[in-house]
Amino acid sequence: MWQARIYVTLKKGVLDPQGRAIENALKVMSYGEVRDVRVGKFMVLTIDAPDRETAAARVEEMCRRLLANPVIEQYQFDLAPQGEAAAAGSRAGTGVWNFPEGDA
Amino acid sequence: MSWAVVVFPGTNCEIDCRHVIADVLDLPVDYVWHKERSLSGYDAVVLPGGFSYGDYLRTGAIARFSPIMGAVEEFAASGRPVLGICNGFQILLEAGLLPGAMRRNEGLKFQCHDVFLRVENAGTAFTNRCAPGQVLRVPIKHGEGNYYADQATLEELEGEGRVVFRYAEPDGTVSAAANPNGSLGNIAGIVNREGNVLGMMPHPEIAAERLLGMEDGRLIFGSVVESWVKGGVAVGR
Repeated sequence: MWQARIYVTLKKGVLDPQGRAIENALKVMSYGEVRDVRVGKFMVLTIDAPDRETAAARVEEMCRRLLANPVIEQYQFDLAPQGEAAAAGSRAGTGVWNFPEGDA
Repeated sequence: MSWAVVVFPGTNCEIDCRHVIADVLDLPVDYVWHKERSLSGYDAVVLPGGFSYGDYLRTGAIARFSPIMGAVEEFAASGRPVLGICNGFQILLEAGLLPGAMRRNEGLKFQCHDVFLRVENAGTAFTNRCAPGQVLRVPIKHGEGNYYADQATLEELEGEGRVVFRYAEPDGTVSAAANPNGSLGNIAGIVNREGNVLGMMPHPEIAAERLLGMEDGRLIFGSVVESWVKGGVAVGR
């Protein structure tokens, strides 16, 4: 079993109305250092696949066909054996979330 | 002329569409459940508004994979008219039958009020009863009608006269103030290259009777009928 953590965000250059509203709210709350906010989706899939390559290929296809709209969105995902992903999740719970960088 | 109104789980404007076709236009119409796989015997198809699959993931994203959509694609490819209203427009975008995508409304508010639409192309199967530049009063009710397409697609749409409706002032002036959702180019409705698939965010089906205070929406349904009578969109029949 594999756990895929998928992040979908609007592409750079596509106006993100929700992100803009949150950015404005943060500024009103005197967090003036905030320069940009992008709102996206986070999905966790548990997948039955024989190996990492198969799981990755299937997730890639799911992202392309359904989970993201390539006209306006980009996606990233990471894959871990289910037990390790649970451990990573508990570490994330301690405060630092390692969000992937760059364009998909 | 026989119409199909496709119903997805979460669709909520199918009764209004059926009412206009059956009771206002006096034409045969059936609801077609999204699990069906055929649209044979119909001359026009409506994908009505609503919240298919609860708008989960993205508007129209899940409905686009319903079994009926294979038949809708074939129907569109045959040249017969497909009218997507609001959520129906969003489904057509997700299905790739029309280009572009919808984002949340720029102001984040669900918009529910009348708008004025300038008819940019009165030569389509959906607007032949309108005059060029005519201003229609039709309501909107949507939270994700902020049309987006990349620059090349926008130029193609504009260059080929495929922007059919634009949000405008009552006098037809296209202005930022008249744009309820932030759509690029004030775009409210577009057609495919062949001209037989229209997607529009406003709801002509609830503005098609004088009794309800607005009847400009009838022009759009009526235009489809007129095209059918003239054989203009009945390719291969």
